[in-house]
Amino acid sequence: MTTDAVFDILWILICGILVFFMQAGFTLVETGFTRSKNAGNIIMKNLMDLVIGSLGFWVVGYTVMYGSDIGSFIGMPELFYDDKADMHNLFFQTVFAATAATIVSGAVAGRTKFTTYITFSLIMTILIYPISGHWVWQGDGWLTDLGFIDFAGSTVVHSLGGWAGLIAAAMIGPRIGKYKNGVSQAIPGHNLLLGSLGIFILWLGWFGFNAGSQLAISGDNSIAVSGIIITTNLAAACGALAALILTWVRYGKPDISMTLNGALAGLVGITAGCSVVSNEGAAIIGLLAGITVVYSIEFIDKKLKIDDPVGAVSVHGVVGALGTLLVGVFALEGGLAYGGGFKQLGVQAIGVLGIGAWAMITTFIVLFILKKIMGLRVSEKEEIEGLDIHEHGIGVYND
Amino acid sequence: MKKIEAIIRQSKFETVKKALHEVGVNFLSHWEVTGQGNEQQGKVYRGITFSTADIKREYISIVVNDDFEDITIKTLLESARTGDIGDGKIFVSEVSNAFRIRTGEQGGETLK
Repeated sequence: MTTDAVFDILWILICGILVFFMQAGFTLVETGFTRSKNAGNIIMKNLMDLVIGSLGFWVVGYTVMYGSDIGSFIGMPELFYDDKADMHNLFFQTVFAATAATIVSGAVAGRTKFTTYITFSLIMTILIYPISGHWVWQGDGWLTDLGFIDFAGSTVVHSLGGWAGLIAAAMIGPRIGKYKNGVSQAIPGHNLLLGSLGIFILWLGWFGFNAGSQLAISGDNSIAVSGIIITTNLAAACGALAALILTWVRYGKPDISMTLNGALAGLVGITAGCSVVSNEGAAIIGLLAGITVVYSIEFIDKKLKIDDPVGAVSVHGVVGALGTLLVGVFALEGGLAYGGGFKQLGVQAIGVLGIGAWAMITTFIVLFILKKIMGLRVSEKEEIEGLDIHEHGIGVYND
Repeated sequence: MKKIEAIIRQSKFETVKKALHEVGVNFLSHWEVTGQGNEQQGKVYRGITFSTADIKREYISIVVNDDFEDITIKTLLESARTGDIGDGKIFVSEVSNAFRIRTGEQGGETLK
C-alpha cells in the first residue's frame, strides 16, 4: 500500500471520528433547547440513532447506498457488508447516516412515542437515506448523471432530515400548550448552556463532515481540504453574525438560541458547496443562511403553526435546500455569479425538489402506517408529566 | 419576641445580609422562592415575547427580641429598597416561645 493511500484512509477515519462526535452535539442542542422533563428521552433517541445507524448501515444500509447501481435509483443490497479494504468508508458513511436520522429527533421532541421514533429511525437509516444518497453519491445515480453538486450533504443529509422532520412534526402535532387560541407560545429551552456546548461540538465535528468528504488528503487533496475547512468556518461565522444582527434588530436583543441556530445554519448552508465556492462565496452563503434561518423559524412556528422545538426543519431542511441552490450561484465553475448561466442552478433545483419530495412522501407513508400500528404520540398525561419518567422510569436531574 | 419575614430581590440579598449584621442581627434563615406580585418580567425567546409574573425572590425569616424589632425593620426597609415595583414585603408576627436545642434553655436568651 502506498503512503498516499495510508494518508487518505487515515484522514477518512479521523474525519469519521469527528462526525461521530456530532451525535453528542445534537444530543446537547436538542436537550438544551427543550424542557428538562424530556431530556432523558432525547438522550435515548440520539443514542439509538447512533446504535441503529451503526448496525443498520452494516447489515444492509451501506450497500443500498453504495452497492452496484440498479436503474440509477438504488444500490444492490448485500447483507453484512464485509469488504475488508473498504471498512473506512463503511465507518464514514455510517456516521453520516446516523446524522441524517438524528435531525428528525429534534423536530419531534417532547411528545413522540419512543417505540415509534426508533422504528422510524431504522427505516430512515436503511431505506430513506441510502436510496436518495445513492442518487447523488454512488456515482451512477440519476442526480449524478444530471451533474447535481452536493459535496458533503446539504441536501443528501441535512435537508433530507429536515423535510422528514417537517412532515413528522406536522403529523404528530404540536406539544400541549404550544398554541393558545392559535397563537404560538414561548416554551424556553431548559438549559442554553448545554445547547451552546452542543453547537460548538457540531461546529468542530463539521470540519470532519465537510473536509472528510474530500475522501482523501494526499497530494493536492491537502490544499482542497484546507480550502474546505476555511469555507466551512467562514460560513458558520457569518451565519451566527447574521442571526445575531437580525434578531437584535427584530427582537430588541440579540437572541441566544437563534444566534446559535445561525451558526448551525451557516454550516448546513456551506456543506453542499464547500469545495467549489470561493471564500467570499462561502461568507455570502453563511450570511444568507443566518438570515434565512431566523425568518424560516418564525414562519414555521407562527404561520404554518408546526411545532419544531429546536428549529431542525429550518436549520437543516430550509437552509440545506438554500445552500444546495446557492451552489448554482456561487460555484466558481458554472455558477450564475461567475457567468455560468442558469444551467447549474436548474440542476440544483431538480436535486433539491427531488430529494425533498422523496423525504416528505416516504416519511408520510412510514408514519401513516406506524400511526395505525403503534400510534405516534404519547398520552396527554405522559406528555404533561414528562416523557422521561413514563418512557424511561427516571429523569436526568435526580437531586 | 417577633418573627420578621421579608421577601426581597435576590440582587439585594447580600446588601441586606451585610446591613443586618452591622446592626447586630446575626441569626437568619433564608431560601429561594418563586412568587407573583405586581412586577412583570418581559422575556423574549426565539422571537416570541412573553411576560411572566412568576419571579424568583429571596425569603428571609428572622426571629428577634422585641427591642430589636424596630431596628431590624428599619434596616430591611432601607437596605432592600430600590424604589422600583417589586422591592418586596415585610411581615411581622408574634412568637410565643423559642428553645435552644443544644441546652434546652428557652425564651429571649436563645436569640442572643
